[in-house]
Amino acid sequence: MTTNATAAMDPKQTKLIKEFKHNRPLTTCFWDPLSRYVFFGAEDHLIHRFDLSSGQASAFTGHDSWVRTLAASTDGKTLYSGGYDGRLIFWEAAASQPKPLRTIEAHQGWVRAVTLSPDGKYLATCGNDRAVKVWQASDGQMVQEFSGHETHVYNVVFQHDSQGLVSCDHKGVVKTWSLNGKPARELLRVEALHGYDTTFRADIGGARDIAIRSDGTQLALSGISKVTNAFAGVGEAVVALVDLSKGTLDRVLQPKDKIKGTMWGVAHHPAGFWIGLSGGSGGGSLGFWKGDTSDEHFKLQLKNDGRGMSISPDHQRVAVAHADAHLRLYQLQSA
Amino acid sequence: MKHSYACGSAEHDVHRRAFLGSSILGAAGMGELLTTSAIAEQFKASHKQVLNIFLHGGVSQLETWDPKPNTDTGGPFRTIPTSVTGTHICELLPHTARQMHHLSVVRSLDTKNGNHARGVVEMTTGRKEIPGTDYPHLGAVTAKALTPSSFTLPSHILVRQTAGKRNVESEFHKPAYLGPRYANMAIYDAKPPEFGAAKKNPQTAQRSNRLRERFNNRSARRRRSADTAAYNFSFDQARQLLAQRDAFDVRKESKQDQQRYGTSLFGTHCLLARRLLEHGIPYVQVNHADYDTHHENFNFHIEQLGEFDLPFSLLIADLAERGMLENTLVCVMSEFGRTPKINKTYGRDHWGTAWSVLLGGTGIQPGAVVGKTNKNGTEVVERVVDHGHIFHTILQAAGVDSKGDFEVGDRRFPIADPAKDAITELLV
Repeated sequence: MTTNATAAMDPKQTKLIKEFKHNRPLTTCFWDPLSRYVFFGAEDHLIHRFDLSSGQASAFTGHDSWVRTLAASTDGKTLYSGGYDGRLIFWEAAASQPKPLRTIEAHQGWVRAVTLSPDGKYLATCGNDRAVKVWQASDGQMVQEFSGHETHVYNVVFQHDSQGLVSCDHKGVVKTWSLNGKPARELLRVEALHGYDTTFRADIGGARDIAIRSDGTQLALSGISKVTNAFAGVGEAVVALVDLSKGTLDRVLQPKDKIKGTMWGVAHHPAGFWIGLSGGSGGGSLGFWKGDTSDEHFKLQLKNDGRGMSISPDHQRVAVAHADAHLRLYQLQSA
Repeated sequence: MKHSYACGSAEHDVHRRAFLGSSILGAAGMGELLTTSAIAEQFKASHKQVLNIFLHGGVSQLETWDPKPNTDTGGPFRTIPTSVTGTHICELLPHTARQMHHLSVVRSLDTKNGNHARGVVEMTTGRKEIPGTDYPHLGAVTAKALTPSSFTLPSHILVRQTAGKRNVESEFHKPAYLGPRYANMAIYDAKPPEFGAAKKNPQTAQRSNRLRERFNNRSARRRRSADTAAYNFSFDQARQLLAQRDAFDVRKESKQDQQRYGTSLFGTHCLLARRLLEHGIPYVQVNHADYDTHHENFNFHIEQLGEFDLPFSLLIADLAERGMLENTLVCVMSEFGRTPKINKTYGRDHWGTAWSVLLGGTGIQPGAVVGKTNKNGTEVVERVVDHGHIFHTILQAAGVDSKGDFEVGDRRFPIADPAKDAITELLV
């Protein structure tokens, strides 16, 4: 929803407003739909619930590895987590003594992404078993399993109708899937998001984050491009924008100074700009691209590399999971 | 960090290949093919052999042999049980886990080095690198110590992928004072040596070989050196190579085995290694690259170990089933391990302070774990060893008195670092 406040927002006024120090580097974060908490994963086996009013954190125990991805029901009652252990776990988000409500061995290998449909009915997950799976958000029953990717599926997102899904794999192959019987389709291969390093003999690429533009027309895939040394992460942090109806690459967004590293996060702000979170040898930064231009509007240098981000439900703040064991909150200011 | 391997080794390999190629041309018309029964007789000789799998770039000990799950350094992977009760390894190695009763882990290497080139040299010579001083490579030492006098094939073989921009480490396979006779022969991308020209025109090859021999004999009357002897040896060896060229041709393996080992180059290399060992080659090294994962260590270890695990486990299982582990020492090593600390891009950097090597086969206690690191793998807390100990252990397990000397000309050279010794508790 675009409000007057968001429409008048000026990314250049973005500033750090809060820091929370954890004891391990963070891996991901997710802003609670009711804005009570920011949940985050870290290089431990826990989910951490950071209470925005008290500034205190509490831990959820249930995963057998790092937590990689988080989502929540639209009413904020249920938290969903996906881990490097292949598990999808349902939690009571506000429980004083949080315990898993439901544990599903969702994927063989890592669950790389979990996301909720806009109507709140379904969860989608994807993972190293090359599968995309859809689950009932209410009870965890599997609704459908989609196969067709030939390598690890890095990310998945629902389209605005809650019936269509888009996924992107390690090699930048983007596929669409449907819950209402439409045939699966390979939309395109985003070459900017994949490379094979002939020196190290390894593939590098994939969508490190995925987002759909607020009006539903465009898909954003963030990652690393033009890799010259895969094992040192020498490449450029980029966001590839795809026209969802045509299945074509619209353009590639990059920071003006072509940051060396990976774009770990991407989101579309209803005020009409894309936000990208990068990290790597170029340091951490939030980049902003307004309208339909490829020119970076503004870059906010961060204290450390970002690994994941989440926008608050009122679109006024951004939470960033940092590699230096901090959760940091940034205020997006009105013009 | 960028690699700092010295360059030039590619030329070394090219020169050697060209040299052998010339030799083969010369030998083509000789018609001195060994009979099948002679080859079979060689197999019966059953001398000790060494198989060294070198994981280039520095494989992570935490993602392989010494996992530390749920610690600040452990990373996201879990452990899995192995065929040895109580021994767990990383979940990325499910197939290898089933073969661990044939293998043992040394979890306590402290080599005090984080430099690629130095690590390769030190791990494969068993000595601290000293500028200006060359020590012979493990392959050369093995070839010198274990090659029966009747053995006619090359005794020190490196199986590797074609060099890209990255350095070819075979320059580190120096025979040093043992002489060029013990230098490695490299097989690239599992392709057998070329014999085409010699086969096309055997008469010309025969004439040129006779001419070479005439010059050699005249030269030898005036001046004979280790180099010219090695040179002549290479020509003689080339003749044998041609006669036994099938030994190097992995395509001669059954279709079933080729399917089992898979389509990856490393899989084919493992099958070729089995074939070379069956043909009695005393030292076979198979390289697998690359593990230098400063960035996204976990994603890349899935990729690289996913390629390593099944073929390696098949190779061990096959060697065991065929009774070959009774005579073959197996080692899996790197130039160093990787940092327990995970960097900001999910990478691990160079680390020689606390890491692991895998050993197995002849002379090695099966299913053992030697040494120990602390809870999060940042230091060795039990039985510190280094490249020198590993070198002695490999040789002693293969029946070589590593505390003895080689006599080269009128000089004596210690076979291994006299200041070190084998990990005796690991020896049978």
